[in-house]
Amino acid sequence: MISGRTRRIVVLHLAIIGLLFVLQFVLPAYHHTNLARIMVLATFAMGYNILFGYTGLMSLGHAMFFAAGMYGAGLCVYYLQFGAGAAFVLGILAGVSLAAVFGLFALRTTGVSFLIVTMMFGQACYLTLLYFNEITLGDQGFTVSGNLQALHQAGVGFAYSDPDVKFNAAWLVFAGALSISTAIAASPIGRVLIAVRVNEERTRLLGYNTFAYKWLALCVSGAIAGAAGAAYALLFSYVGASFASILYSIYPLLWTLLGGAGTTLGPLVGTGVMFYLIDLTSGWTAAYLFIVGGSLLALVLWFPQGLMGAVRARWARWLP
Amino acid sequence: MREVSRRRRLRQHHSLYARPANEMSFGPHLFLAFLEGTVTAFVLALTALGLSLVFGVMRIVNVAHGEFFMLGAVLAWYCTALLGGSPMVGFALALIVAPLLVGAIALAADWLVLKRVDYNPESTIVATIGLLYIVQQLVLTVFGPEARPVEAPIYFRVSFPWFGYSGYKLIVAALSALLLLGTWYALSHTKLGLYMRATQQDYEIAQAFGVPVRRVYATVFALGAMLAAVAGVLIVPVQQAHYLMGLDPLLLSFIVVIIGGLGSLKGTVVAAFVIGISDGMVSVFFSPTLAKILATLLVAAVLVVRPNGLFGDNRT
Amino acid sequence: MTPVLATAGLAKRFGGLLAVDNVYFEVPKGQIRAVIGPNGAGKTTLMGLISGRLTPSAGKISFNGRDVTRQRAWERARSGIVYTFQVTSIFAGLSCYENVALAAQRHLARSMFAQVLLDEKRISDRVDDALRQVGLAHVTSQRADSLPYGHQRLLEVAMSLALEPQLLILDEPTQGLANAEIDTLCQHVRAITDSVTVVIIEHNMPVVLELADCITVMERGAVLAEGEPAQIAGDTQVQRAYLGT
Repeated sequence: MISGRTRRIVVLHLAIIGLLFVLQFVLPAYHHTNLARIMVLATFAMGYNILFGYTGLMSLGHAMFFAAGMYGAGLCVYYLQFGAGAAFVLGILAGVSLAAVFGLFALRTTGVSFLIVTMMFGQACYLTLLYFNEITLGDQGFTVSGNLQALHQAGVGFAYSDPDVKFNAAWLVFAGALSISTAIAASPIGRVLIAVRVNEERTRLLGYNTFAYKWLALCVSGAIAGAAGAAYALLFSYVGASFASILYSIYPLLWTLLGGAGTTLGPLVGTGVMFYLIDLTSGWTAAYLFIVGGSLLALVLWFPQGLMGAVRARWARWLP
Repeated sequence: MREVSRRRRLRQHHSLYARPANEMSFGPHLFLAFLEGTVTAFVLALTALGLSLVFGVMRIVNVAHGEFFMLGAVLAWYCTALLGGSPMVGFALALIVAPLLVGAIALAADWLVLKRVDYNPESTIVATIGLLYIVQQLVLTVFGPEARPVEAPIYFRVSFPWFGYSGYKLIVAALSALLLLGTWYALSHTKLGLYMRATQQDYEIAQAFGVPVRRVYATVFALGAMLAAVAGVLIVPVQQAHYLMGLDPLLLSFIVVIIGGLGSLKGTVVAAFVIGISDGMVSVFFSPTLAKILATLLVAAVLVVRPNGLFGDNRT
Repeated sequence: MTPVLATAGLAKRFGGLLAVDNVYFEVPKGQIRAVIGPNGAGKTTLMGLISGRLTPSAGKISFNGRDVTRQRAWERARSGIVYTFQVTSIFAGLSCYENVALAAQRHLARSMFAQVLLDEKRISDRVDDALRQVGLAHVTSQRADSLPYGHQRLLEVAMSLALEPQLLILDEPTQGLANAEIDTLCQHVRAITDSVTVVIIEHNMPVVLELADCITVMERGAVLAEGEPAQIAGDTQVQRAYLGT
């Protein structure tokens, strides 16, 4: 029974990854670019989902990890002329180190205090980027494309501004993150993370050091968010402090809730739907963030399990 | 990118608020910073007290608290702009209308949203984030994106030997102090205060003794919002009304309630003074941005030593 | 021989209330020890101190001769002290399999990093074993909180079994169970005492007299009497304290 479930999970997720790959040959240019962006942002949401959806820790400052990845990669390219690969790795390292240090004291708080502390530190990171504006250029932002060397592989050059390179790089990052989060969700570790969410006290009395598990979840979450931030900087070429603002901490929460917290595919679904909703509304009003507020309220009141959560509850109990 | 230009505009207003006088010597400069800090502290205590009351009694965190502050400021602009004439009249009207209107909005939010999610802490946070954006974007649509000044109702300068200081700011501090005292009196001497303390102690026992817990909840939520709105009205002649102005007081209030200990009113007021005065000092000597970064680092330090805040319940 | 569990001068104060007062409590290996006493006698608080859910105000706790007073709850659970709650405390929303798997995999791999390398097959074998032992093999994939109360209790026993504890603390295990279910539970408890030492808090006197090798009576936070079941049953002081006559 168990191995049957595992096989189903693997097949489904591979099929989704395959479908996304094929979509690049079908989609018109506009949606082609959008999907590349959605995949990177969904990666951010998947990182968030590991912490919030599985472990039950709601963070309101996740933009700091995204920004850490973005600036970790972006600054290295801008000042030190790093290649894309090294910059990407550095972005991940920046995300994971920030998460590791932050977790050591933030996780000492529980319940709503944790939420407040994450929000505060998210904002402090944003302000720090603005304060050191001479180095970070946070206020105006900067582009990395001018300093970024094209990738040379087997004698062929791949420029990151090329839409196809952009799409496939985004796809790789997404596929990697989805594989990692699915592997975690379906593993013994994932089971403990879920147990922490459901009943932390009981988990502790089973003999689990729940602090360590929460810290691990935060580090993985920070690493994936950092990877998303680094990929965003490298592929879409813009680095700015606005990505560290509170809105970018609320977005992954919204995407995850809409898609279904604690489901592996929810972040992708939620990010996609919300991306197009905001894309449509920002076309005719400056107050398009109204959609963000309205959706959050509606989700809490009428649809707390989210889209994939509903699918799981109704049709496919086996979904991780 | 739109966000960035907004931010820059906001910071220009900040510099109106705390202007370092470069030619001054250190002593008077320090005194000026202390004055600025004290005014900030009083207003912050008022704002954070609302947040702390709501958490203490209802065990929920209201992320839209800063928007109630902003609504107070924006409504004050409407009152003075629509009435014209003496700024005193409009301002007095704002001091009555803004809290009432904001209180009504809070009551509606409690009834339509919070009650429906059964005051679940996490759902409430998500819901109030939703509320934050809804209020903010509605104000953007109706009031517009620009920052609008409100004339101070009273204009005079208090002359110190080294500099003149805005008399209005001192009045703001005095009024805040009065309101703080009033709130304290209401909590310790009225039936509502008794109900609130009973509910805070033990929800179920309070209910069993006939405390109308749901009505206490609604009242407390409205009261918290009203305190923020009054703070917004008081500060607007110093700071200008803008639809994004709610974020800074929200974060400062968060810092204050975490350092003071969630739910501890004494802690809230003490921490408001620590943070307010240090914020004022650092803002005058360095920059408001640095002040907020340092305050957050202070929170980290406090958390390492006492995870539940200075005055919080630190039993484990 | 060193007792499995020994407390010395253990005390816990909640504000002005001394819930546990200078308790010396020793349990030798393999024994079933019952702790009885009126409500509020401090039984659950004492177990909370032993399992590490509460920190003592004074005194020492040693487990297999080692001082564990400063160990945290999860460290004690890891070294073999398992506590089952007064009210069922299963993981609601997870299946019975997942519930027991959490216990099984903790037993198979102690550290977080060892968990990463764990093979699901080994876990599932163990889960199946434990569920079969308590007669719940047929509900493996059902949601734990959808089970009837008696089965939820048995599920907890399965979780305890999968952990292979050295000291099992059962806090009022028969509360809310039907007579037939109580019999099953007693059988399970007796079956595991070859390797496990059991401390059981219980109000149901027939169960206590049937299971216990030794009984400790508590009143107002202190130990009032201790002895074999027959001895305790005949003690007039105990009868007065317990029955309130």
